[in-house]
Amino acid sequence: MKKFASLLIAGSALIGCAGLAHAEAEKDAKAISYSFEGPFGKFDKAQLQRGYKVYQTVCANCHSMKFVAFRNLADRGGPGFTDAQVKALAATFKVSETDSKGDTKDRDGMASDYFPSPALATIAGLGAIPPDLSLITKAREGWHGTFNQLLNNVGGPQYVYSLLTGYEDPPKGVAPIEGKYYNPYFTSGVWISMPPQLTDGLVKYDDDTKPTVDQMAKDVSAFLAWTAEPKMEERKQTGLEVLVYLLILAGLLYAVKRKIWAAIH
Amino acid sequence: MSGPSKYQPTSAVGKWFHERLPIVAFAKDHALDFPTPKNLNYWYTFGGILAVMLVVQIITGIVLVMHYTPHVDMAFASVEHIMRDVNYGWMLRYLHMNGASMFFIAVYIHMFRGMYYGSYKAPREVLWMIGVIIYLVMMATAFMGYVLPWGQMSFWGAKVITNLFSAIPFVGPEITTWLWGGYSVDNPTLNRFFSLHYLLPFVLAGIVFLHIWALHVVGNNNPTGISVKSDKDTVPFHPYYTLKDGFAIVVFLIFYAAFVFYGPNYMGDAVNYVQANPLATPEHIKPEWYYLPFYAILRSINNKLLGVVAMFSSILILLFLPWLDTSRVRSGKYRPIFKLEFWVFCVVCVALGFVGAQKPNDTLSWIGFLLTLYYFAHFIIFLPLMGLLEQPKRLPNSISEDVLAHSHGKLAAAE
Repeated sequence: MKKFASLLIAGSALIGCAGLAHAEAEKDAKAISYSFEGPFGKFDKAQLQRGYKVYQTVCANCHSMKFVAFRNLADRGGPGFTDAQVKALAATFKVSETDSKGDTKDRDGMASDYFPSPALATIAGLGAIPPDLSLITKAREGWHGTFNQLLNNVGGPQYVYSLLTGYEDPPKGVAPIEGKYYNPYFTSGVWISMPPQLTDGLVKYDDDTKPTVDQMAKDVSAFLAWTAEPKMEERKQTGLEVLVYLLILAGLLYAVKRKIWAAIH
Repeated sequence: MSGPSKYQPTSAVGKWFHERLPIVAFAKDHALDFPTPKNLNYWYTFGGILAVMLVVQIITGIVLVMHYTPHVDMAFASVEHIMRDVNYGWMLRYLHMNGASMFFIAVYIHMFRGMYYGSYKAPREVLWMIGVIIYLVMMATAFMGYVLPWGQMSFWGAKVITNLFSAIPFVGPEITTWLWGGYSVDNPTLNRFFSLHYLLPFVLAGIVFLHIWALHVVGNNNPTGISVKSDKDTVPFHPYYTLKDGFAIVVFLIFYAAFVFYGPNYMGDAVNYVQANPLATPEHIKPEWYYLPFYAILRSINNKLLGVVAMFSSILILLFLPWLDTSRVRSGKYRPIFKLEFWVFCVVCVALGFVGAQKPNDTLSWIGFLLTLYYFAHFIIFLPLMGLLEQPKRLPNSISEDVLAHSHGKLAAAE
């Protein structure tokens, strides 16, 4: 009992303090589930490919994604595009380059190029600088609470999904603000500068999935979960191997320890 | 460690070398033969766990430095480069980042174990004080390491903590400027923090050596708190404690790996995945979890200078612990009142951590203030008084008698 009490206190000391950040958004993110949750969860490749399309068609007009290159789209544990597809996708973009004579020229994008950022002219006057999306699902919390986050993760992808689908009319008595939109899932206050982006059928999917707002929001948030944590599948796989190894080692050590100590007790 | 060495070089070369540098004898005496009380429980394995964590942090850190760029414009991107492009970079980075938390989990258990069993009392005062210094250096190291990824919380955390020095009367602002290497937290600050973050772990390793040296002069304390009286009370460190510690270390690594591979960002703050922006203050600046109790103490007093003094005193007071505790009985096991008060003190420390994590409001400030009062009262009032007023339980005559009594009890229960 005593041991249990001390373990309990030690345990609460170490988790009791982590991740206690206060709710900034008015509402917790909607607790939808994804294929990549849990210790064995993997990304759904078809979903990431659809999400990429939503991202390029909609988000990329205003948001940059500085840390992701086209070549990453063919990486293991990602959307699973083939090298040929990646080349073709990259070539649909123009990249401007300055040569040794100082002339600026446009050339076709290559697999090694990073995703192009939107032109400054497009994002001028939007009311806020659109944040870079590379890490957005790791940089936002969908919900709070030490144990909640331990069991359900921090809810970054759910945050993005909820934000995209969470626009509402302001409640009665709340005066609208010019150029701002009411969204109770937004992390800093309820007024967001980004207008609602998704409408049914906005993106033409290459597979049979129906491009509803809900589906597109799910797909693009899954894609953003991958861009933030591209090594997730490798991490979980390695983790399993490490844990199995350590558990066996611990069992062996315990057996030897007991045997050696038997004469002492 | 006393008595002649049991090491006898068997070969001519061994003898030749031993006469010139008796390092093999030293290793055998201290790592293998060292007489250790035979009743140490698993709370005593955290010293070994900490040594392992220091090594893990140094090794992962050295490799991370090979890929990291200490510059305000490139630091954040270089960490993402490690996470995305370096082979197993994500693993090194998550091991190092969660390793810091694990290091603190282990050090807190180690410290509270020392407090419970009275490991700071004569003749272990110097051993304890070296430990407090190790803890202080650890805190400084971890703080500067947290600044290196140059995320929002790195930047604003650095700003808040370095700003504390501006509370020093007369020279405060000058000292802060000197620490920053400029008029704000900027590239020179990042560079010096990087330099010191690389230096201090090796300083730590040196002080840890002193800590173990001091331990080997006076020997281990043990759960009964009574001193070793004969050979019957001890066992050689190897194989008994190499295996017991080894098992505990592997169990701790399982716990560590669970976070690294399945919840690597759980202990961190999401805001630190946003690149530092000196123009946008995060809504809620708070340090990593292991500083939260001290952060609560800092904020509980409505005067910057006094708050800073209270925060530093709350750590430095540990240096005086050997003389604040007046009880002649070492182990809390035989001190009924102390035992109870010890657990209250633990709860107060955890509660302070909880308060430190919250956005401040009036009620919480009051709770924080009361908890801070209790924290200091524990050291200045309760510990001296309890030692004088309390009637300790009867102590066993020796460690081996205590061990025998326990195993007989188990046998009787089994029958």
